[in-house]
Amino acid sequence: MADKRKIDQPTGTETVGHEWDGIEELNTPLPRWWVWTFYATVAWGLAYTVAFPAWPLVSRATAGVTGWTSHRQLERDLAADKARRAPIIKAIGATPIDQLSANPQLMQAAVEGGRAAFRVNCVQCHGSGATGSKGYPNLNDDDWLWGGDLKTIEFTITHGVRNPNHDETRMSQMPAFGRDGLLKPNEVDDVVAYVRAVSHQQGADTAAQRGSALFAANCAACHGADAKGNRQFGAPNLTDAIWLYGGDRASIRATINNAHYGVMPRWGEKLDPATIKMLTAYVYSLGGGERAPVQNAAK
Amino acid sequence: MNDMTALGSKSLYAKRQPVYPKAVDGRFRRLKWFVMAVTLTIYYVTPWLRWDRGPWAPNQAVLVDLAHRRFYFGPIEIWPHEFYYVAGLLIMAGIGLFMVTSVVGRAWCGYACPQTVWTDVFQHIERFIDGDRNAQIRLAGAPWSVGKAARRALKYAAFLAVSVATGGAWVFYFADAPALARDVFSGNASYVAYATVAVLTATTFVLGGFMREQVCIYMCPWPRIQTAMLDEKSLIVTYKDWRGEPRGRGRREATLADVASALGDCIDCNQCVAVCPTGTDIRNGPQIGCITCALCIDACDAVMKKIGRPRGLIDYATLDDCQAEASGAAPRPLLRTFTHPRTIAYLAIWASVGLGMLFALGDRTRLTISAQHQRNPAWVQLSDGHVRNNYTVNLRNMQARPRAMEVSLSGLPGAVIWTEDGGRETAQTTLRTSAPADALKKLPIYIAAPGAGPEQQDFTITVRSVDRETDSTAAVFERPRP
Repeated sequence: MADKRKIDQPTGTETVGHEWDGIEELNTPLPRWWVWTFYATVAWGLAYTVAFPAWPLVSRATAGVTGWTSHRQLERDLAADKARRAPIIKAIGATPIDQLSANPQLMQAAVEGGRAAFRVNCVQCHGSGATGSKGYPNLNDDDWLWGGDLKTIEFTITHGVRNPNHDETRMSQMPAFGRDGLLKPNEVDDVVAYVRAVSHQQGADTAAQRGSALFAANCAACHGADAKGNRQFGAPNLTDAIWLYGGDRASIRATINNAHYGVMPRWGEKLDPATIKMLTAYVYSLGGGERAPVQNAAK
Repeated sequence: MNDMTALGSKSLYAKRQPVYPKAVDGRFRRLKWFVMAVTLTIYYVTPWLRWDRGPWAPNQAVLVDLAHRRFYFGPIEIWPHEFYYVAGLLIMAGIGLFMVTSVVGRAWCGYACPQTVWTDVFQHIERFIDGDRNAQIRLAGAPWSVGKAARRALKYAAFLAVSVATGGAWVFYFADAPALARDVFSGNASYVAYATVAVLTATTFVLGGFMREQVCIYMCPWPRIQTAMLDEKSLIVTYKDWRGEPRGRGRREATLADVASALGDCIDCNQCVAVCPTGTDIRNGPQIGCITCALCIDACDAVMKKIGRPRGLIDYATLDDCQAEASGAAPRPLLRTFTHPRTIAYLAIWASVGLGMLFALGDRTRLTISAQHQRNPAWVQLSDGHVRNNYTVNLRNMQARPRAMEVSLSGLPGAVIWTEDGGRETAQTTLRTSAPADALKKLPIYIAAPGAGPEQQDFTITVRSVDRETDSTAAVFERPRP
């Protein structure tokens, strides 16, 4: 083919000898700069494999003369991000918790930081949406055992609930009325009826009326005469629609018989004050936050 | 002549044949000057035009504000979600190009394309410093001397100055021009601004200073598309071979009638090639190197005048016209080239896209609402038996002024609404709020409704601004399984 060069008549250009259905391919030369550009990209590609990790060897790839690795890049990025956040975290740490909401920007940053810290430290019990589960309070609602204002939440997170060997921890203990024989089984049933009556789950029948007297004698000290609870003892409001351990007859009976002793770690020993403030802001922001401390739900 | 038609080249690669276009004057050269003045004026002046939009929006008439994701074009402001207007403009530009091609062939290439305009600028600079075609050829062939080095240095410095001015003007479309100009000259502008200027300076310098016709022939897709779009009804720059051939040199002396009848009008003076900015010989017929700048028409007309022949040996004509003219038919009126069906079809498409966009522009609302239901948790039991759902409402105020507005609910009996700013005690059936000028307000809201009701209830959230623009969004209220 090489010795029989064909010239295309209209253009005067040599053909390469390929032909499809009478259409021939002209041997139009490439511009030389195009070739140099191609060589340049090849050189760039080779240089790239020298500069960066590239060629696979037996156990690992060549390291590249620049020493770049994605791990080191990640470390650098994380360090840069930490440095970027440092002033905000410092400002949050320096602001008293009850003044945090006065600064919307700082509060917003704290809520977002708290969201991240919550996912690491709190979701195991309270759930990823802070909805809790049986025995673990839902933090979204407007019902608080110990109080839902910023200062109180911060205290609860710092010192925990029923934490052993810690003086400031939230502490209270409900007696196991049934198990310890403080109330007879039929008396427990009467108290159950009373609690279900004050929470509007059933009518005030005779059992409930009997339970009323028993409640006043045994329960009102903590739960209040009106059964609306007392935050000083973390005693829940028994008249509302929210039940930590269930509001049906069997659950209430089990609670009165055996009592509950829910505990929460004291995060003050694990987390720094700024992180606790951010967690506080996040929990507060979930929708049930109270603007001012409320001593007792009962008014 | 470029290598596209070089005979019997053995090499796989062809060196660029340098082009030294000769200066020329004539009607098309003057048109080119005019178009160059207009396009360069548009390019350099546009970012400096002001347009008063009030205190909450920039006052630059044309601004592509990438940092804040806004496009301003006179009275029109485009948000990122309205980017289809830009897509529509690009479609119009594309179809407009087809339309122009259908009417006047490669007029875009010959007059308005930035590559053509800047190449023209660079070639004028070259002629100013090195002299016209012959002087340039002599200088290129001359051995290196102080004088040649000085001329080269001067030329490249001038190229660089033009390139910097080109790249420098571009960035002003993307930021407030006066402020950016101060920053650029005082060294306070952002790294991105300088990098953009540097890249565009480099491309202008290389593409306008050196690559020139190589861009048109090898790099640009448009001439290839044109090849498919031109037909025998397209206006192109044509050498009328029936009139010019056979060529005869020294035609001016040969005034005898018999010689005149034997020879064509072309005296093979090569002026058409000498003035061509892409080094094309138009006498070889239509080809990809011809950008239809028509400078060869000017050159040939001048020669025809000197030898006393009618102008238009090389002229704008369709291949159909040429054929008709060759067979002695009357020339088709120019208007006919503008009205063939393909042109009208392009015009119809182009106009309908434009009208559709204008209609959409007039009809668009500058206030929108959308609501995201927070799914974790989907609902919250409240102590009084109500159920709360959380939503993030996005209020998009696309007017360049802050607006007060009211968010209301319908289809959810007994529902109240409140925000993080106040507790539930501040809840109302409607929510008064406001959105800042030209901004999206993300507003987390709480909605509480009685606990008795369907597990999933459809309802509507409506926003209404004080100036009575309104928008609604559908939402779902969820309750615990009874």
